[in-house]
Amino acid sequence: MGLVIGSAFGFWATPTILYAEKAQPLQFNHKLHLEQVSDSCKSCHTLREDGSFSGIPSIQSCKECHEAGSLMGDGKNEAAFDEYLKKNQPIPWLVYSRQPDCVFFSHAAHTASAGLECAQCHADHGQTTKLRPYEYNRLTGYSRDIWGTGPIGLGGPPHRMKMDDCAKCHSENGVNRACFVCHK
Amino acid sequence: MVIDLDKCTGCGACSVACMSENNIGVLHDETDKIRSITWMRVYQIDNGKSFPDTEVAFIPRPCMHCQGGTSGTPGQAFFQEDPMEEAAHTPCVSVCPATATDYDEETGIVSQIPTRCIGCRYCVAACPYHARYFNWYDVPWPKGTPRALSPFVSPRMRGVAEKCTFCYQRYQAARNKALVSGGEVGEMDYQTACTEACPSGAITFGQLQNPKHKVHQLISSEYTFRLLERLHTNPKVYYMSKREWVRKKADNYVTRHNKFAQAAPQSGH
Repeated sequence: MGLVIGSAFGFWATPTILYAEKAQPLQFNHKLHLEQVSDSCKSCHTLREDGSFSGIPSIQSCKECHEAGSLMGDGKNEAAFDEYLKKNQPIPWLVYSRQPDCVFFSHAAHTASAGLECAQCHADHGQTTKLRPYEYNRLTGYSRDIWGTGPIGLGGPPHRMKMDDCAKCHSENGVNRACFVCHK
Repeated sequence: MVIDLDKCTGCGACSVACMSENNIGVLHDETDKIRSITWMRVYQIDNGKSFPDTEVAFIPRPCMHCQGGTSGTPGQAFFQEDPMEEAAHTPCVSVCPATATDYDEETGIVSQIPTRCIGCRYCVAACPYHARYFNWYDVPWPKGTPRALSPFVSPRMRGVAEKCTFCYQRYQAARNKALVSGGEVGEMDYQTACTEACPSGAITFGQLQNPKHKVHQLISSEYTFRLLERLHTNPKVYYMSKREWVRKKADNYVTRHNKFAQAAPQSGH
């Protein structure tokens, strides 16, 4: 009985103690943008010509549609965004998916070559109306991702994507699993 | 990779280019020179004759990227029943208890994953070319220099073995580009730092099996040899020299047509 209670406490306490939360500088409505701006993630999250992934779009991309004071409702969030637009200052987004230093990850290999959908790894992130709080590991500083499965496979709070997740998909699809494919 | 020893002047540009490309640090001082790390090292040999006849040659030595055995079982490839049968093996891979190093059949490159390495140094001991180094210290990067590090190569922590990877990060970048453009990784899309830095053009890099690549033609030359060929490590670095004493002095010279007759003493030795 003590073991059960202890384990339950541990499963609850470990992620709580280990991870700290930080709020994003702004809220972003992915769903709204997907409906109004385009029908694909690729219009903002692009691949460069050399195959590298440009990541989060710059403030210039926002500016193409948003002039300061137009196309938006009013609210605290919009006012803050307006400030960034006026100053022409990049928004300091907290990136959920920053990989450890030893990892090489190619978006080109997975989307352009293997033809995976963005949702395969990023789940319904493109359909959300709000950004989740950024949770980061107090020891390593890496963020807890917004995708992946729970730590014991029972749902629950999603954990960050582990090497096993990469390796599993690679072996299921017969892709090379040599260390140097993903490591550097 | 093919290295022409007749062209090499021993300038060390390849070493410097390698250190800069791969985030290799320098130590505080030279008191521990034996523990310094040079993935690309230049050895000097001479023909052993006195002054007027002295000749010197330099042997640049990256990781040889020994080809792994086809069976995949460590040790098995080495003890073939028929000694005449060509059997290749990778010494460092078969001794690594942590699988931190591996031979990749697809690219032919021996990988080394520092975060997986447990620092037992078996691979350092097993490598017949001394191409592997043990990282004894956290590198004392002077103030400001970390900003100059390449983000495409992860710096190694202390307590791991490290070695040349044929600038694998450059291959990854070239492959990425090829995936987007739909083409293939061309010969000139992927060149190692030492190849580019060599002022005399002694180093040639490419796919050994691809007849379109220059290295493929070079290795069919009569003057090419590899180091310690008798160990069946089947290295992917070939050397060439028209000077016979260089080929012999490289210790490893086994005549092309008499490869396995090593038990019998050779004339001239």
